[in-house]
Amino acid sequence: MTRAATRPSAAVPRHRSQARAAPRPGRILAVTLLALGGIVMVMPFVYMLATSLKDNSEIFELSLWPRHPTLDNYAQVLGASGFPRWFFNSLLVAAVTTGSVLFFDSLVGYTLAKFRFCGRPAVFVAILSTLMVPTEMLVLPWYTMSKAMGWLDTYWGLLFPGLMTGFGTFLMKQFFESVPDELIEAGRIDGLNEFEIWWRICLPLVGPALSALAIFVFLGNWTAFLWPLIAVADTRMYTLPVGLASFSSELQTEWGLIMAGAAVATMPTLVVFVLLQKYIVRGIMLAGLKV
Amino acid sequence: MVPARLSLSARRALWAWAFLAVPIVFYVTIRLYPAVDAFVMSFTNWNIVGTRAFNGLDNYLRLFGDPRFWTVLRNTFVYLGAGLVVSMGLAFAVAYHLDKVRFGHGFLRALYFVPHITTAVAMAWVWRWFYQPVPVGLFNDLLVAVGLPQQPFLRSTGQALFAILAPAVWAGIGFQIVIFLAGLKAIPAHYYEAAALDGAGPWRVLFEITLPLLRPTVVFLTVTSSIAYLRIFDYVYAMTLGTGGPLDSTKPIVLMIFETAFKNFEMGYAAAQTVVLFLILLAISLLQLRLMDRRP
Amino acid sequence: MKRFTRRAVGSALAAICAMGLWSGAARAQAVEIEYWQYTFPQRVQAMDELIKRFEAANPGIKVKQVTVPYDDFRVKIAAAVPAGQGPDVVQLFYGWLQDYLKAKMLQPLPAEMFNAADIEKEFFPSVKQMKVGGQYYALPTSVRSLALFWNKKLVKEAGLDPEKPPQTLDELVAAAERATKRDASGNLLQAGITIDMLGQDHHWIREVLIRQMGGKPYSPDNRKVTYNDAAGIKAVAWYTDLVARHKVGEAGFMTDGVTAFRSNRAAFTIDGSFRLAALDNQKGLDYAVAELPAQDGKRFNFTSYWVNGITPKATGAKREAAAKFLKFITSPEAQELWLEKVGELPAAVAVANKPAIAGHAKYGPFVRGLANAEATFFVNESAQRKVFTDMVDAVLIKKQPVAEAVATAAAEEQKLIDGFFGN
Repeated sequence: MTRAATRPSAAVPRHRSQARAAPRPGRILAVTLLALGGIVMVMPFVYMLATSLKDNSEIFELSLWPRHPTLDNYAQVLGASGFPRWFFNSLLVAAVTTGSVLFFDSLVGYTLAKFRFCGRPAVFVAILSTLMVPTEMLVLPWYTMSKAMGWLDTYWGLLFPGLMTGFGTFLMKQFFESVPDELIEAGRIDGLNEFEIWWRICLPLVGPALSALAIFVFLGNWTAFLWPLIAVADTRMYTLPVGLASFSSELQTEWGLIMAGAAVATMPTLVVFVLLQKYIVRGIMLAGLKV
Repeated sequence: MVPARLSLSARRALWAWAFLAVPIVFYVTIRLYPAVDAFVMSFTNWNIVGTRAFNGLDNYLRLFGDPRFWTVLRNTFVYLGAGLVVSMGLAFAVAYHLDKVRFGHGFLRALYFVPHITTAVAMAWVWRWFYQPVPVGLFNDLLVAVGLPQQPFLRSTGQALFAILAPAVWAGIGFQIVIFLAGLKAIPAHYYEAAALDGAGPWRVLFEITLPLLRPTVVFLTVTSSIAYLRIFDYVYAMTLGTGGPLDSTKPIVLMIFETAFKNFEMGYAAAQTVVLFLILLAISLLQLRLMDRRP
Repeated sequence: MKRFTRRAVGSALAAICAMGLWSGAARAQAVEIEYWQYTFPQRVQAMDELIKRFEAANPGIKVKQVTVPYDDFRVKIAAAVPAGQGPDVVQLFYGWLQDYLKAKMLQPLPAEMFNAADIEKEFFPSVKQMKVGGQYYALPTSVRSLALFWNKKLVKEAGLDPEKPPQTLDELVAAAERATKRDASGNLLQAGITIDMLGQDHHWIREVLIRQMGGKPYSPDNRKVTYNDAAGIKAVAWYTDLVARHKVGEAGFMTDGVTAFRSNRAAFTIDGSFRLAALDNQKGLDYAVAELPAQDGKRFNFTSYWVNGITPKATGAKREAAAKFLKFITSPEAQELWLEKVGELPAAVAVANKPAIAGHAKYGPFVRGLANAEATFFVNESAQRKVFTDMVDAVLIKKQPVAEAVATAAAEEQKLIDGFFGN
């Protein structure tokens, strides 16, 4: 499965060596503004990190620098009995789901974009409409289903609802639509079958979109709360967000712990994003060399 | 092996259905069946246990007769309107310029993406402090520093909705920027080269090449962002401690559904609200697709 | 990938076939029952200990504790119960009893083990609310009440005696006025008293202030809202005047009341016995507790509690086991353990009145408060709380006249009650 995600970077027959002029004053202004905007964007996040380093006598002062920085909150979060297991569970569910989604959503998106057959618009609208039902109304039937199949408290039970998404299908359909039909025709003349045309010719062309989709699906599953909450009762099967929810309660919410937990939970997605970013950039550079 | 005597288009249709077979089974059982179940439920008075007794259109009549529903619906559309325009505009502006920047490109993009990977519960806490009055709150401190009067923000029925929308846009915009960037990169360079040969200025390039060729991306983002803002929940719940207050001025429809289903256990009534939301989402999405997704 | 695909297809198809056919398969083992409560470390540990003791005394019964994050307790219940899953014994807030009953999620406690007369002799009177149609449906391990908390350091700075709390509402206002600090432009730096309707203030207005002003919130049969009168208006006016006239506090100051108090930014707050543990854990806070201030010599209080009930899922041997377990976790032994580990007051009068508890500097005021405490009869706790929050917001934000806001609230709440009894 990972091949689908990494392939584009290896062989993207793409173009784009857009004339990028030497820095002009306008460009410098743009970079400055973008940088300022970026700093504004991360400020709340920085506050979160700062708060996670404070003890509860300092936490409500909202200063950016803790007077007496402490790692106590992290020690307490990481020391929570189930933490390593929760982390692993989340990672497993997010990784498997992302693999499945990349494969199926791009396959379906491609089919809807490049094939003409009767029933196509209906299939597309039906898949798109799955985006429009709030998860809140789906979890009850899922639960009944899981119970009937014995999936409660299993990894399969955690991940089955997310194996394909209307969101990813729609995204991939939009990107496959910009793939020129001539390339597909050429593949056909070369004697490739339809699956090979998709896999070898078209998929590598939508590399940036696949990388973006991978990030969003991973992120979506990494932070998913409602279904994991309901699908498992055994604390060992908790995912990270469900485990971290235990830090807020009826009587008191330990904000230092919440912030430390949120910071720890953020790291893997940040890593995934930075890694995939590189693929995007490399894919484009390769394309530039070829054209 | 597909029989050779089939016409090309018939063979391709067969391939298409073969590709779709597994996904169709998935969508029907995991997605469509529960949705149909909710639809049926909306005509019953089911409340978690016991049998589902059909009560016709009672749930719908009750909903349309409830003034709170109309408040909630109005709020939901304000979230949609303001959220969509502001977030799409900002995201495109950032992505458009970021696309042309090579110096620190990856780092800058990461900065804009960071909010998207945060969790609403943690960030809402930070934002609630930002909205505090002077001397604690950052925003009011800034307002006062430049000589403007303080604002009540979350404690005002007129401002609270926008005060909640701000962190929601903040958290969601990284997604839109990344998609816009992917779309911009997918535009073949030869279009720009041709335009450069023609001596077209940047604005002409933007309106005659970039935007038209970006159409699939714009369509995608408009539809998915509309759905996201119509389904807004996390930030409202976290910023208002689950109340949608003050005085229901920030409550969106999904929060109403959540309350009906899980605070009152009125599943039938909640299902009716879901059906209404679904129909609104479907109508808006189809309208957007029809208006925007025409091939050039 | 392939394995998952195949599994997905197979499972999905099987799901369709199985859904119609499924019926709970009976397990022929030692009786195992499930106990559900919300996640809170001290509660979970206390319950683990109770389960250990119970299992030692009842070898044939196993108890499995399932914990759910507090905010999501009802969501999880809503998903589990229709599928025939979920708890045999469940912990719920007393104010949810009516909606749990309406959703048929509780069965009566077996009368032979839970004699109504004995219960009423043993427990605080407010527990009577758990009796519906002559049968008890749930019992608490511990109870809660309200008290006045004050920050000793801030009170002293204001030139007041930190050992002498205000005894009446007027004294409270006077003390709060002295303890309030504002900067030159009138911005609140330190609140005299916290204003937080999402905390305990709505209970304080409903069950305490209205009664102190000479009114009653509801008719004796709980079917009529009766605070839309001079007393009700006076109570709400007194409360909103804290902000509007005396300017000793602001809603949302330091985000919420508890935070303002914990961070040494509010001199007084009204809060519950359940807060003691968290405040004791707060670094840099020196506080004390007193009974709620009186008015015209009258004192009232609000009490609430979490109760344990048996769900319809428990039948036959499980029902018997569930009843035994419930009996144990509401026994004096369990109550004392609960006080020790969780810090909540025992639900039985005799246990709470033990000198070590009633004479305790921080528990004492709460125990004394229990003597004249009422538990509101909620038909829909969250909706009724919202009515009060909206009423106060209407006065404070929309500047609606108090009388109008009270009338609207009374009508809204009456509608909820009528809707409940109409069904």
